[in-house]
Amino acid sequence: MKRMGFLSWALWFGYAFLYVPIALLIVYSFNESRLVTVWSGFSTKWYGELIHNDTLLDAALLSFQVAAVSATLSVLLGTCAGLALVRFGRFRGRTLFGGMITAPLVMPEVITGLSLLLLFVAMEQWLGWPDGRGITTITIAHTTFTMSYVAVVIQSRLAGMDGSLEEAAMDLGARPAKVFFVITLPLIAPALVAGWLLAFTLSLDDVVVASFVSGPGSTTLPMVIFSSVKFGISPQINALATLMVLVVATGIFVASIVMTRQERQRKRDEQMAIQNG
Amino acid sequence: MRTVVSILVSGLSRIGLWGRGVVVAIPYLWLMLFFLVPFLIVFGISFSESIIAQPPYSSLVEWLTDEDAGTSKLQVLLNISNYFRLGGDDLYILAYLNSLRIAAVTTLLCLAIGYPMAYAIAKSEPSRRGPLMMLVILPFWTSFLIRIYAWIGILKGNGVISNLLEWTGITSGPVEILYSDWAVYIGMTYCYLPFMVLPLYSTLEKMDPSLLEAAADLGSRPFKSFLSITLPLSLPGIVAGSLLVFIPAVGEFVTPELLGGPDTLMIGRVLWNEFFANRDWPVASAVAIALLLVLVVPIMIFQHVQGKQAEAGR
Repeated sequence: MKRMGFLSWALWFGYAFLYVPIALLIVYSFNESRLVTVWSGFSTKWYGELIHNDTLLDAALLSFQVAAVSATLSVLLGTCAGLALVRFGRFRGRTLFGGMITAPLVMPEVITGLSLLLLFVAMEQWLGWPDGRGITTITIAHTTFTMSYVAVVIQSRLAGMDGSLEEAAMDLGARPAKVFFVITLPLIAPALVAGWLLAFTLSLDDVVVASFVSGPGSTTLPMVIFSSVKFGISPQINALATLMVLVVATGIFVASIVMTRQERQRKRDEQMAIQNG
Repeated sequence: MRTVVSILVSGLSRIGLWGRGVVVAIPYLWLMLFFLVPFLIVFGISFSESIIAQPPYSSLVEWLTDEDAGTSKLQVLLNISNYFRLGGDDLYILAYLNSLRIAAVTTLLCLAIGYPMAYAIAKSEPSRRGPLMMLVILPFWTSFLIRIYAWIGILKGNGVISNLLEWTGITSGPVEILYSDWAVYIGMTYCYLPFMVLPLYSTLEKMDPSLLEAAADLGSRPFKSFLSITLPLSLPGIVAGSLLVFIPAVGEFVTPELLGGPDTLMIGRVLWNEFFANRDWPVASAVAIALLLVLVVPIMIFQHVQGKQAEAGR
């Protein structure tokens, strides 16, 4: 009984540790005073200022573009990689391939950023491409480190999946590509969505790699936030943070509802199939 | 829509086995070009000299043509002074040791907070586990930068903690925790906690509860059962979680830059300054290579654990 007390205490402490800072951030975004931590009255003026901050809006637009393109690319690449790792058995160079998939998950960002920048500089010298650095190089860099996360998500979904449906389709004469598009793809669709969202978030969050591989005129949202935070705290950043938390929370909430509903539907279909069969 | 899919499928079906090769080759080549080759370039540039030019490093390989003799030769210059500079300067050695210490403390703090959480979630009713884990992961989906920023307002003098301490009368004046090692520990623990809880939860959740019941039936006290059954069985989770926190933490840049003081030296910060402030690309490359050498053993252990988990999941 006493131990259970300790455990639930630890759990609540953990959740408080995770959520109190975010809650305070949101509360102080409605503070009238410029001094973020001194409460002087309710106001939404910082949200108003946010709308007129063109630097921030331009950076946000750029970040969304980069995140959308790189998330899509990394879902394509990550799905191929996950499929290769789980379904293709042993192929030549599999160990190196597996290593290159897992290493970016833990690689310090400064190393990834520096190495990619040096690659882009060397490529420009030898091949003349990429011509300078900007949105293209940031997108390539983000795709490279986010595809590992997508590959791991797809890999675990594929590994936990019942292979008998695919085998049955093969036995009935379907070609591998047809099996993939008709059977495998619909089954791993939730993992594709999760992987895309994960890659999108990671890209939207990155400041270190982007700082290395961006050029003049291509400043991402995290880079703007980082430099303004370095000069001290400002209620505008609180307002921006509140909006971001709101968007993420809504997105996750909707996604989880849709996924639970789909899962339930799938279970119901299976039940029906069993009863009818 | 349906016809498009069927045309696509029949077209792709014809590719057959050849298509399998393409599926492996595309991500393989991408990673070779954008992950492996860059390391070789960093390694190469760490042996070059810093020069004032665009790009600011000397070329390692040069064709020298002797006009009089009519011969030409290939000259390879390897400059190892960058590494001597790292080994000879206290600043770099201190930064390395500091990074390892801060990463180790962060890992222990994550373990201390994360293990009881993961254990409590794994012990709760199955229907509640999903939502509880969701609550752990949710902060991870909000911006990392914003989460660090939140702590500035809490830790600074006249911040939330300082005001609270003053109001309760524990301290008589404002307390500044910001710009210290402690601020960095708190910020990093905060950001990396989900990475610890996730693998811990997945090993603890798979554990067979009948083992603990059997131990209890045989008269073992709960704490002893925990030490001799739960803890050893959750070891893979502990190792995976610790590496997932420790390895990126060693090279962390943003947290020490925003929460740490000027004397909170970490190797990620040193690399950043060499690159952006001093524009010394060769030394920055040498720092990166030295950092990789420190991390190569933990990374290999991580890959081993990760590979095993992928095998077990099948």
